[in-house]
Amino acid sequence: MIDWNPLLLTFKLAMITTLLLLIISIPIAYWLAYTRSKTKPVIETLVSMPLVLPPTVIGFYMLVAFSPANAFGNWLDNWLGLRLVFSFEGLVLGSLIYSLPFMVHPIQAGFANLSPSLKNASYVLGKSKFTTLRKVLLPNIKPSLITGIILAFAHTIGEFGVVLMIGGNLSGKTRVASIAIYDEVEAMNYSAANTYSMILFGITFLILLIVYLINGGYFKRSHYND
Amino acid sequence: MEVTSKDLITMIELDFQKILKSSSGEMILNVKLDIEQGKLVTLYGKSGAGKTTLFLILAGLLSPEKGFVKVGNEIWTDRAKNIQLAAQKRNVGFVFQEYALFPNMTVRENLVFALGKGQSEKIVDQLVEIIDLGQLQDRNPVTLSGGQKQRVALARALVKKPGILLLDEPLSALDHEMRTKLQSYILEVHNEFKLTTILISHDVSEIIRLSDFLVEMDHGKIIRQGLPSDIFTNDRVNAKFQFTGEVIKMVKQDFIVIVTVLIGKDLVKVIANDKEAENLRVGDRVMIASKAFNPIIHKII
Repeated sequence: MIDWNPLLLTFKLAMITTLLLLIISIPIAYWLAYTRSKTKPVIETLVSMPLVLPPTVIGFYMLVAFSPANAFGNWLDNWLGLRLVFSFEGLVLGSLIYSLPFMVHPIQAGFANLSPSLKNASYVLGKSKFTTLRKVLLPNIKPSLITGIILAFAHTIGEFGVVLMIGGNLSGKTRVASIAIYDEVEAMNYSAANTYSMILFGITFLILLIVYLINGGYFKRSHYND
Repeated sequence: MEVTSKDLITMIELDFQKILKSSSGEMILNVKLDIEQGKLVTLYGKSGAGKTTLFLILAGLLSPEKGFVKVGNEIWTDRAKNIQLAAQKRNVGFVFQEYALFPNMTVRENLVFALGKGQSEKIVDQLVEIIDLGQLQDRNPVTLSGGQKQRVALARALVKKPGILLLDEPLSALDHEMRTKLQSYILEVHNEFKLTTILISHDVSEIIRLSDFLVEMDHGKIIRQGLPSDIFTNDRVNAKFQFTGEVIKMVKQDFIVIVTVLIGKDLVKVIANDKEAENLRVGDRVMIASKAFNPIIHKII
C-alpha cells in the first residue's frame, strides 16, 4: 500500500495555489490588458519567465533569498516567524511564482478580446472601474477564467524542480507526489512509483480533458461581441 | 419678447485638438463647434474623418491634447487647467456602433444595470413601453436581431436620463424598414426627453428627415455646417448631389419613360429617355443625380 500523504499534500498545495493565483492574477491581467504604460513589456516578461526558466533556477534563488542564513530570510524568520525554506508555506510561494503565467495569460487574453465598447458603455452608464470589472468584464470572460484555474491547478500538480529545491523532501510537510515518485524510484520501489504515477497521469488527463471540453481549445476566446 | 436664434442656449461648446494615429498615418482632429440645446445634430463625413473620436472625447472616454469641452455652465474637459471630468460623471447617453449590450445580462437586466444609485425602476418600465421592448425583456442580447439590439441599446442609454444623447451610426446596419421604424423611435425620445442629440450618419435621406443641423467633417476638420436641406441642395448642384433608391414603376409615354423611384420613404418621379430606360427594370437600385437642372438617372448595380 502506498502512503497517501504525498497525494493529499499535492492537491492541498494545488488548491491553495490556484485560489491565491486567481486573486493575484485578475489585477495583473487587467493591468496588462489595458495599460499603455511603457513598463508593460518588462512586467509581461517577468510574468512569463517561469515558462522558459528551468524550475530549479527559480527554486535555487528562492532558497538563497529565504534562507535564514542571509538578511532577508533572517528578517522574515525573526519578525514574521515565517520560514519559507523547507516548509509548506515556501512551497506555496514557489508554486505561485512557477504557475503565475498559466493563470495570467488566459485571463489577459480574455480581457484583450472583449470589445472595448463593453467597458466604455459601462463607464458612460456611470459605473466605476471596479463595478465594471465585477459585473461586466469578469462574467464575460468566464471561459478564460476556467482555463486559467484549471491550467494553474494542473501545472502545480506537475511541478518538481521548484518544490525539490525549496521544499526538500520532508514527509507530510513538503513531500508532494512528484517528489515521492522520485524517492520511490531511488529506493528501487518501482511498484509504488508506478501507483503514484498512474494516479497523477489519470488526474491530469481528466483535468486537461475538461479544459478542452469546456473551451474547445487552450485559449479560445469568447465570441460574444463579434 | 421675441426669441431669436441668439437667445438659444448654447449647450455644448467644443474646441479641441487631438492627434489620431491610424494605419494611414497621423491626422489631427481639430474641432471647433457649438451645439444648441435641444437640437438634433448630425455628423456627416467619410469614415476615418474623426466623428467617433469626437464622441469619445465628448463622453470623456478619451481626452484631447489641447482645448476644452464645455456643456452648459460646466467645464468637462480643459487641458489648460488640467480638468477632465470622468466619463461616469458626464450627463451623456451613448449608443455604440456595435451596440455594446452586456451579453451576461438579459435585456431587462441591461436596462436595470444602467440605473443610478437609488433611482426608481419606473424609468425602465417607461422606456420598455416607449421603445416596445415588452416581448424582449427576458431575452439574452445574443439572440436578438440587429434592430432589436439597437432598440435595447437606445433604451439603455436613456435610463439615466441624460441631457445629451450620442448615436454612433445607429441605423447603418439595418434594413430599410427597420431604419424608418428606428428613426421614429429616435425622434420620439429626442422630443419626449428633451434631449440634445448628436447622430453620426451617412444616409442623406435619413439626415434630412431627422436632423435640425448638419456638420460635415473630413480629415479631422469641420468643412461645413448648416441646415441639412441647404447643404445637400444649394451647395451641391453638381454631379455630387445624389440620392439612391429603388425603381418602383416605369410608365412609357411617347418618347420618354416616367420612372417612379422610392428614395427613403418618398416616391420621386424621374423622366428618362428610351435609351436610359432600356436597361432599367422594376426593383433595380438606382442613383439619381442632379446635373445642371435636369436630374439624370443611372443604374448602380
